[in-house]
Amino acid sequence: MYSVLAVEAFEASFTTEGNWFLKNVWLIPLLPAVSFFLILGFGKKMPKGGAEIGIAAIGAAFLLAIFANVAWIDHRDNFDGETQSAITGIVDSHSEDENALGDNTDANALGATIDVTDETGATETVDVELTAFVEAGEGGEESHPAIAVVTSQEWLVNGGIPFLVGTLLDGPSVMMLFVVTMISLLVHIYSTDYVAGDSRFTHYFAFLSLFSSSMLIFVLSRSTLQALVAWELVGVCSFVLIGHWWEEKPNSDAAMKAFLTNRVGDVGLLIGIIILFFSAGGTFDIIRINELALAGEISQTALTWAAISLTAAVMSKSGQFILHTWLPDAMAGPTPVSALIHAATLVTAGVFLVGRLYPVFFIGYGIDGSSINGLAIIGSITVVGAGLVAFVQDDIKKVLAYSTVSQLGYMVLALGVGAWTAAFFHLFTHAFFKAGLFLGSGSVAHAVHSFDMKKDMGGLRKYMPTTHKTFLICSVALAGVFPTAGFWSKDEILVGTGGLGVGSGSANGSYHLMLIMGLVGAALTGAYMTRAIYLTFYGEFRGHGEPHESGPRILWPLRILSVFALFGGLVNLPPGFITGSLEPWQERFFHFVEPAAAYFPGIGHAVPSYWLAVIASVIGLMGPAVAYWYYFIKVDGLAKSTGQKLTELPDGLVSNNKLAASGHAMLKNKYYLDHLYNDVIVAAVKGPIAKLAYRFNQHFLDEIVDTAGRTSVKTGQTIYSVIDQGLIEGTVNGSGKLSNRGGGILRKIQTGKIQQYAALLFAAATVLAGIFIVFV
Amino acid sequence: MLLNQFLLLSALLFAMGVYGVLTRRNGVLVLMSVELILNAVNINLVAFGAFQDNVQGDVFAIFVIAVAAAEVGVGLAMVLLMYRNRRSIDFTEVDLMKG
Repeated sequence: MYSVLAVEAFEASFTTEGNWFLKNVWLIPLLPAVSFFLILGFGKKMPKGGAEIGIAAIGAAFLLAIFANVAWIDHRDNFDGETQSAITGIVDSHSEDENALGDNTDANALGATIDVTDETGATETVDVELTAFVEAGEGGEESHPAIAVVTSQEWLVNGGIPFLVGTLLDGPSVMMLFVVTMISLLVHIYSTDYVAGDSRFTHYFAFLSLFSSSMLIFVLSRSTLQALVAWELVGVCSFVLIGHWWEEKPNSDAAMKAFLTNRVGDVGLLIGIIILFFSAGGTFDIIRINELALAGEISQTALTWAAISLTAAVMSKSGQFILHTWLPDAMAGPTPVSALIHAATLVTAGVFLVGRLYPVFFIGYGIDGSSINGLAIIGSITVVGAGLVAFVQDDIKKVLAYSTVSQLGYMVLALGVGAWTAAFFHLFTHAFFKAGLFLGSGSVAHAVHSFDMKKDMGGLRKYMPTTHKTFLICSVALAGVFPTAGFWSKDEILVGTGGLGVGSGSANGSYHLMLIMGLVGAALTGAYMTRAIYLTFYGEFRGHGEPHESGPRILWPLRILSVFALFGGLVNLPPGFITGSLEPWQERFFHFVEPAAAYFPGIGHAVPSYWLAVIASVIGLMGPAVAYWYYFIKVDGLAKSTGQKLTELPDGLVSNNKLAASGHAMLKNKYYLDHLYNDVIVAAVKGPIAKLAYRFNQHFLDEIVDTAGRTSVKTGQTIYSVIDQGLIEGTVNGSGKLSNRGGGILRKIQTGKIQQYAALLFAAATVLAGIFIVFV
Repeated sequence: MLLNQFLLLSALLFAMGVYGVLTRRNGVLVLMSVELILNAVNINLVAFGAFQDNVQGDVFAIFVIAVAAAEVGVGLAMVLLMYRNRRSIDFTEVDLMKG
């Protein structure tokens, strides 16, 4: 069915050999999964309510993830092909075979004919397509392809098609292992203080474990089907955790909303998987689908439709416009859960899905050499749209939620413009500072027992110095100020757009709009964070009582995350930024995370531009500067001079300017999307359909049910009188009567007199003897 | 050797035994009549054994005697118990098993 080309390339892009930690990476999701059942079973009896099991499991998983990362770095650099896997077989036998086609450069040529000697010693000639390796050679100096380490297990066979489960370990998944386990571990530790004394403490930790486990299964998924299962598991866990305090209606509503909105996208995912399954000739194998997509074996139309369907899944899961509305509502869950959702799990699943099936999007959307496509458009709208809404939120967690939506927009935008590494790098850095911000807001809320910045916060820097410092550091990182982590990743995305001639010639297209939107988003990010910081930590305290700094189990995760927020960007310094002996340290993230194998498209890499970095920094700082002037100088001064509380101040711009007022109202109502969904779409669907359904029910269904009921009553009566009473009862009674009469006759010979019995005995013997004599 | 007279003797004894079993009321006499029947059979067995010139008939007769001894032991014990309970050994009065 497939050409030899594609099949051989397929076998060439992964190996089953590797370090123990790479081959047994399935242990990492297994640990929290086991912990889930242990906590559910025994958690209540443990002295710490099951938290210790969860922390031990995720801690062990974190250690394993670090070992796996180290092993992967070694594998990436030193995988020299001594093993017996397909690709090494090809490369080795080729380089050792004197009669083959010269040196490695030739081996990398398209369709080179290579003699392969397999273990049995037989020699066969195959065509090997090594396009991706050629491009890998262009992108970097390395000659070792980043071959994924896989393990497979046959799950079931249906219709002759094996359904594989297993692990697929390569750059992006090993990076995600680290991020997920680390954030999860910190969140676990933080939660022991934050949800202490909660009535469902044990339940909370059980689902925290399952949440981490499902996300780890997702990032290690070998097949699209396995990814789907993990994706749904993540959804269920988020539902449970968002609705943790379900006694209050808004919380359970939020959980329901998150679940149902995600359901919309899940349909897209399912359709996408089905399209890919059939167009790839009946396989769920991620590597194979990617390879076939790149080899041109799947039609452009199928890929485009698959990409569109999968985009719907990304929109719901990763909170992209217009399916993002559940994400801010999901703030109803406990704050550590929000941190976990927004930093490491759930919302990054969508981004990871795109990165995992990148060839489908790359070919399907024609990302290479284009200037607009679905992903990039959605991403750029989200960046700016969510950034604006973040401005008018009074709830500190909602500001952060919209900020996450905006930052996820950056990632999707980056994937849309072909800056794959930039997207994953931003995912990596964003995980640290966004987790830090959420946990920081949790620390504040822990002290003032509220999330409302305007009513209950203000001036908290005096009471909570450590929380203030870490929150500030993470905000600076989020705003992308040099040289924090956010700067490097955001700059890489902006360069990657290749818009307006930036990084020209090496990027994948010229996405002018995306560059502009990205710059605007950067300015907005800084501005709304400045506002949030002012309202929370500066001015006068507007809440009740005396707030106090949180305990060490809350502060240490904050400190650790701040360190990562400051220095996390150094793992991917752009090329040319440093020289001399430190030069090998540039682009480490790109080197280790981006797959350079045959299942990954040969994307172009933008050359970083100093000018863009400077311009982006200036624009990025203009937002905070304006916000600083407005809040720290104007509002603060006004509040001091009039002695009024912040909430009582007349809002100058909004009350004086009609245009500003309507804009404010629009943002306050979050673009009326919730109204659109609830009042327009749901109501329009609900009313007529409900009426129709009622009619259908009354006149059709009820009629059928009634007729069926009457018929069965009649049938029952007939059966009772004829069959039951007549036939069955008659038989039973008849046999009874017969035995009764027979007994009455026979009892007469039972006289009880021995001699009569003896007489009968002898008589019978005589008769039998007579018969014997006569007949025998 | 003539077989006839032994068989006739046996038949006579058997008939007397059957008559005694069926008509006697006294339990002990009924048991004695049973002995007559068994001994009629014994005569038959021994006579046929001698006639056929082998010992199987004799061996079987000895078995019958042994079994008869046991039977008489059990029978007399029952008659004794019956006497103790009812002060009578009349078999016609024993009809508790009447249907």
